[in-house]
Amino acid sequence: MYKYVIKRILLTIPVLLGAVFLVFTIMYLTPGDPGTLILGITAKPEDIAALNHKLGADLPFFEQFFNYLKGIVLHFDFGTSYRSGKPVFDSILSRFPTTFQLALWSMLLSSVLGIALGIISAVKQYSVLDNALTTLAMLLSAMPGFWLGLMLMVLFALKLGWLPFGGVDTWQGYILPVITLSLGAAASEMRLTRSTMLETIRQDYIRTARSKGVPEKTVIWKHALRNALLPVVTSMGMNFGGSLGGAVIIETVFGMPGVGMLIVESIRQKDTPVVMAATMFLAVLFCFVMLGVDILYAYIDPRIKAKYKS
Amino acid sequence: MNEKRNRKSKKTNQMKEIWRRFRKSKTAMLGLCLLIFVLCIAIFADVITPYENAISQSANRLDGPSAAHIFGTDELGRDLFARIVHGSRYSLLIGVSTSVLALVIGGLLGAIAAYYGGWVDSIIMRLTDVVMTVPPILLSLAVVAALGGSLRNLLIAITISCVPSMLRLVRSVVLGVVDEDYIEAARSYGASDMRIILKYVIPNALGPIIVTTTMNVANMILSAAGLSFLSLGVQPPAPEWGALLSDAKTYMFTAPHLLYIPGIFIVIAALSFNLAGDGLRDALDPKLKD
Repeated sequence: MYKYVIKRILLTIPVLLGAVFLVFTIMYLTPGDPGTLILGITAKPEDIAALNHKLGADLPFFEQFFNYLKGIVLHFDFGTSYRSGKPVFDSILSRFPTTFQLALWSMLLSSVLGIALGIISAVKQYSVLDNALTTLAMLLSAMPGFWLGLMLMVLFALKLGWLPFGGVDTWQGYILPVITLSLGAAASEMRLTRSTMLETIRQDYIRTARSKGVPEKTVIWKHALRNALLPVVTSMGMNFGGSLGGAVIIETVFGMPGVGMLIVESIRQKDTPVVMAATMFLAVLFCFVMLGVDILYAYIDPRIKAKYKS
Repeated sequence: MNEKRNRKSKKTNQMKEIWRRFRKSKTAMLGLCLLIFVLCIAIFADVITPYENAISQSANRLDGPSAAHIFGTDELGRDLFARIVHGSRYSLLIGVSTSVLALVIGGLLGAIAAYYGGWVDSIIMRLTDVVMTVPPILLSLAVVAALGGSLRNLLIAITISCVPSMLRLVRSVVLGVVDEDYIEAARSYGASDMRIILKYVIPNALGPIIVTTTMNVANMILSAAGLSFLSLGVQPPAPEWGALLSDAKTYMFTAPHLLYIPGIFIVIAALSFNLAGDGLRDALDPKLKD
C-alpha cells in the first residue's frame, strides 16, 4: 500500500510543474511589458526599460520561467503585484479561507444531497419521486450557476428577507453562495450515483444475494452501495475542483472577497502576477485534492489494494 | 450492385431504427422541439424583429413587460425581446463552434494517442493531465486575462478548456473499439488498416462522441454566459445572453424582468442540447439505457 501512495505522490510532481508552466505560458502571452503596465504608457521609455531590466522581464522566456520557479521553490515568492507592490502570496493567503470554506461546504453538501437522492432515485426507479428528481437534476444542470445565485438572492434575501445578500461578515452570508454552488454539483452527482447504482443492482452478485434470501435493505446498503460508490468518490474530487472554479464567479455574485474575486479584480486591473499566482494556487490545491482522493480510493477499492499487497 | 443496394438499405434501416427509438422518448422529443425552437429564433432573428430594435435606445427605461415591449426594456430603453432574439445567435454560434472545434482538436489528438500508443500516447496523455489540473473555468479565465475580452478570445478560451475531456473520451472510445472481437475477426480475414478504420472503428466510435459533443454545446453556452457575465467575454453592446445578465445585475431589484427572462432563455438553450443528447445516447445504444 505504501508503494502505491509513494508512487502516486511522485507522479504528482511533474504534473504540478506542468501546471505551473502552463499557467506561466498563458500569462506570458499577455501583450505589453510589465514596465509599461506599472508606470503607464506616458512614462519615459528609459524608465520603462530600466524597470523591465530590474524585474527580469527582458530575459528570454525560459530564463524568466526558471527565475520564477526558483523564487517559488527557494523563497515561496510568487511575484509582486503591479498595483499594490505587495507580495502576491500574502493577498492570496488572506483571501484563501473564504474560497476554501465555500468549496469545502459546497462539496460536502452536494455529495450528501447527490448521493442520497441518487440512491433513492435508483431504488425507486420510474416512480413519481424518481421522475421529479431526475427532472429537477436536468433543469439544474442546464442553469448557469451565477443566474441561480442571483435568483436565490432575489427570493431569499430580497422578497423573504430570511438571509443576507452574501458577504463574509456572518456565517449566514455563506448559506446562499454554498447552496448555489452545491445545487449544480449535486445534480450531476445524483445522476452519476443513480446510474452506477442501477448498473450495480443488475450485477450477478446482487441477484445471488437476493436469491439466497438476504433482506432487500441489506442488499442495497451492504452489497450494492459499496460497489456503486467507487466512481462517485472520484467525482467528489472533481466536484471540489468544479467548486473552486465555480467559486470564482459565485464570489463575484455574492460580493465575497475570496481568491476568485481576487482573480477577477486582477484581470480587470491587468495585474498579471496576481492572476498568474492565484490561478496556479487553485490548480495546485486541486491537484492535492485529487491526490488525496486517489489515495482514499486505493483504500476503498479492494482491487487496487490487492495489486499492491506486499 | 445488388450488394451495394442492400448495404444502403441496411444503413437507412439503422437510421430509421435510431429515429424510432429517439421518438419513443418524451424527454428526447421535448429536447428536439426546444432545439428547433431556439434554432428558428436564431435563423429568423431578422424576420422576427430587425436588429435595429435591439440597439435603438428610447426614453422608456427599465419598463416591465408591456404590449409595446413584450419583455420590457433595459436601462438604455432598448427592447429586451429584440436583444434576446438577436442574442440567440451569439449563444448558439459560441456553443456549437467551440464544441465542434474541441471535437476536431481533441478527437484528432485522442485518435492519434489511441492508434499509435507507446510514447506518443504517453506524451499526449501526460500533457492532458497537466491541462486538466487547472479547472476549466480558471483555464478560460487565464486565457481571457492574457488575451483580453472579445468574442474571438472567448471562443479560444472555452475551446481550450473543453479539449482535454474530449481528447480523453475519443481516446478511450477508440481504444475500446480497437479491442473488440469484430476488429480481430476483420483483421484475421485480411482486411486492411484503412478498411478497418473506415468500416468498423469510426462507425462504432461515433455514437458516444456525437452524444458528448451535443451535451458539450450546453456546457459551452453556460461557460460563455459566465465569462460574459464577468464582462470578460462578448463585449457590450452585443446582446449575448450572459452579457445581458451582467447588465441586469445592477438593476435586478428595480427591474427584475431583466434578470428572469435572459436566464430562462439560457436554460432553454442548454436544456435542449442536454435532453437531445440524452435521447440520442439512449437511441444509439439501447444497451446503455437504465
